[in-house]
Amino acid sequence: MQTDKAVSVSKLSRHFGKFIAVDEISFEVDKGEIFGFLGANGAGKTTAIKMLCGLLKPTSGEATVAGFSINSDTSKIKKNIGYMSQKFSLYDDLTVKENIEFYGGIYGLSREKISDKTDQLISELNLDKMKNSLTRSLPLGWKQRLALSTSLLHDPSIIFLDEPTGGVDPISRRNFWRIIYEIASRGKTVFVTTHYMDEAEYCNRVSIMHKGKIIELGTPTGLKQKYNKTTMQDIFISIIGQN
Amino acid sequence: MKLKRIISIIIKEYTHIFRDWRSLLIIILMPVLMIILYGYAITLDMKNLTFAVIDDAKTPESRELIRGFTENRFFILKYTDIKRNEIESLFKKRYIQMALVIPEDFSESLFSNRITKVQLIVDAADSNVGTFINNYSNRVAQLFNEKLNNRSPGILGLEPRILYNPDMKSANFFVPGLVALILLLICSLLTSITITREKETGTLEQILVSPVNPIEIVVGKVIPYITLGFFNGIIIIIFARLLFKVPINGSLTLIAVLSLIYIFVALSFGLMISAVAKTQQIAMLATLMATVLPTIMLSGFIFPVASMPLPLQYISKAVPATYFLIIIRGIMLKGIGIAELWQHAAALSGIGILMLSMAIIRFKMTLE
Repeated sequence: MQTDKAVSVSKLSRHFGKFIAVDEISFEVDKGEIFGFLGANGAGKTTAIKMLCGLLKPTSGEATVAGFSINSDTSKIKKNIGYMSQKFSLYDDLTVKENIEFYGGIYGLSREKISDKTDQLISELNLDKMKNSLTRSLPLGWKQRLALSTSLLHDPSIIFLDEPTGGVDPISRRNFWRIIYEIASRGKTVFVTTHYMDEAEYCNRVSIMHKGKIIELGTPTGLKQKYNKTTMQDIFISIIGQN
Repeated sequence: MKLKRIISIIIKEYTHIFRDWRSLLIIILMPVLMIILYGYAITLDMKNLTFAVIDDAKTPESRELIRGFTENRFFILKYTDIKRNEIESLFKKRYIQMALVIPEDFSESLFSNRITKVQLIVDAADSNVGTFINNYSNRVAQLFNEKLNNRSPGILGLEPRILYNPDMKSANFFVPGLVALILLLICSLLTSITITREKETGTLEQILVSPVNPIEIVVGKVIPYITLGFFNGIIIIIFARLLFKVPINGSLTLIAVLSLIYIFVALSFGLMISAVAKTQQIAMLATLMATVLPTIMLSGFIFPVASMPLPLQYISKAVPATYFLIIIRGIMLKGIGIAELWQHAAALSGIGILMLSMAIIRFKMTLE
C-alpha cells in the first residue's frame, strides 16, 4: 500500500483495563511534515506514539505508518522508522563509537556502511575527540543529539520523537530543533511530542490531545487566528481550561 | 532470526561485561570465596568430640575401655577425675559432648561373667552428633567384648566394603553439590539483571523499535554469559580438586558438556525472571529466593530426596539441581558415563528449553 501520507490513523484506541488511554483518535501526517503532538502529561501521547512504533498493540482501530499497517506489518514499520524518547539514553558504559556500531548492527547495516556512518556522524556532531570516551561523560545536550543521530542511522523515512528535549537547557533545545528542521528538509517526516509550547510554534501542524482524545488540530497560525491568541501557550491553556 | 543482529548484541554484551571489570572480578572471585567458605563450613565429619570420664574402677580393664575411645581422631578426653555432679554443668557449658561413668565393680563384674553396665551420657542436642556417638560407642563396646572373651563362638561380624567414597569424607559429597549450587546462583543472577537493567535505562525500548525480535535479544544475551558461566564452572572444579582433593573419576569432557546444559538452564531461568521483574533489585531478590532455597533443601544437596515426604519429592523433580547433582556426583565420585546419566541430562535439557521458551513468551507479552 503506497500513499502520500506518512502516517494515517483511523479510530485508534488503546485501553488498559478500564482506563482508556487513547480514545478513537484519527488524523493524518503528510510526508516531510513536522507534526507536533501536544498535551499535558497523561493525555495519551506516549501511548499513541508507542502504538505507531509497534511497541504496543492497539485495542481497536487502524493506522498505517510509512504505508504499513500497525496491526499486521510492525516488522516492516520498524525498518522504516526512527524512534527516540526522553528516557532514551544510549548505553552509558559504551563509547560513542560502540553505541553507533551497536545500533547500526541491530538495524542490519553492513560493516562498511556502519563505519562510514560512524565517521560521518562523529564529524557532523564534532565528537572527534570524544569518540572513544564513554557516553556517560558527554553533556546531556550532546547525548541527545547523538541519540537522535543514532536513531537516524538506518535512514528511516519517519522519525518519532517522544519529548526529545525534556530536561535540556534552552540553548540546547534550540540547537536540537535546528537539527529537526534539517532532518525535515531532507524530506523526512518528523512526529514529535512535547509539552513545551514554544516548541509547538516550530511545527508545521500541531494536534492537542486531552484525556485520550484529539481535541484540536491545525497549523499554529490557524489555531492562533481561531482562538484569537498570540501564543500557543495561551491557546493550550484556554482549550484545556475549557475541557 | 538474523545472525548479524545477534552478533551485534553479543558484542555489546561482552563489552558491558569486560568494561565493568569490578563486577567481572566479583563474578570470578565470588565462586572461589563461596567454595572455600561452604566447603569448609558444611561438613558432617565428626572430629574432636570432647568427653569426660569418671573412672571409679581404675583397673587395667577400665583403662582399656577408655583407650577404645581415645585411640582415634574422633574423641578427645578432656576431663578425668571429676565429681558426678559436675557432669551436668560441663554439658551445659558445652565443654563435653559425652561422659562415661565406669562403676567401681567394673572388673569384678566382668570376670564373674555378669552383664556389666557402664553409663554413657550423650549430648544429643545435635542429633547427628548424638547418633554418631551412640553408634561409635557400641562399636567400642563390641570390640572390647571380643578382645576380652577371645573369640566367643557365634558372634556375627559385618565386614563392610564402602564404595565410591571409601574414607566417607563429607567433602566428597558436598563439593560436587557446591558446583551445582554456585553455578546456578551465579549464572541466573547474571542474566536476571541484564534485561531489567535495560528496562530501567530505557535502552530496551530503543532496541524494541528496531527490527530485532525478542528471540534474537534473548539468544544474544545468553551466549556471552554461557562462556562466562562455563569459565566459572572450570574455576570451581579446579578449586574443588586442589583444596578438597575431591576425586574426578569420570570423564572431564562429559562434566564439561553436561555443565554447559546446566549453565544454559540457569541462564534461561535468570532471563525468565528478568522478563518479569521491573527493577534490578526485585530481579536479584527473586533469583536468590528461587535458586538458593530449593537447591539446598529440595535437590538432595544435603537431604536425600528419597527421604522427603511425597509432595516434596514431586517438587524436587522441577528443581534443576536435582538432576545435575546426580550427574556431577555420579561422574566425579562413581566415574559413570552418559549411558547411566542420559535420562538426567535429557530432563535437564527439557527444563532449560522450557524455561527459555517461557522467557521468550513472557518477554513478548511485556511488549503487548
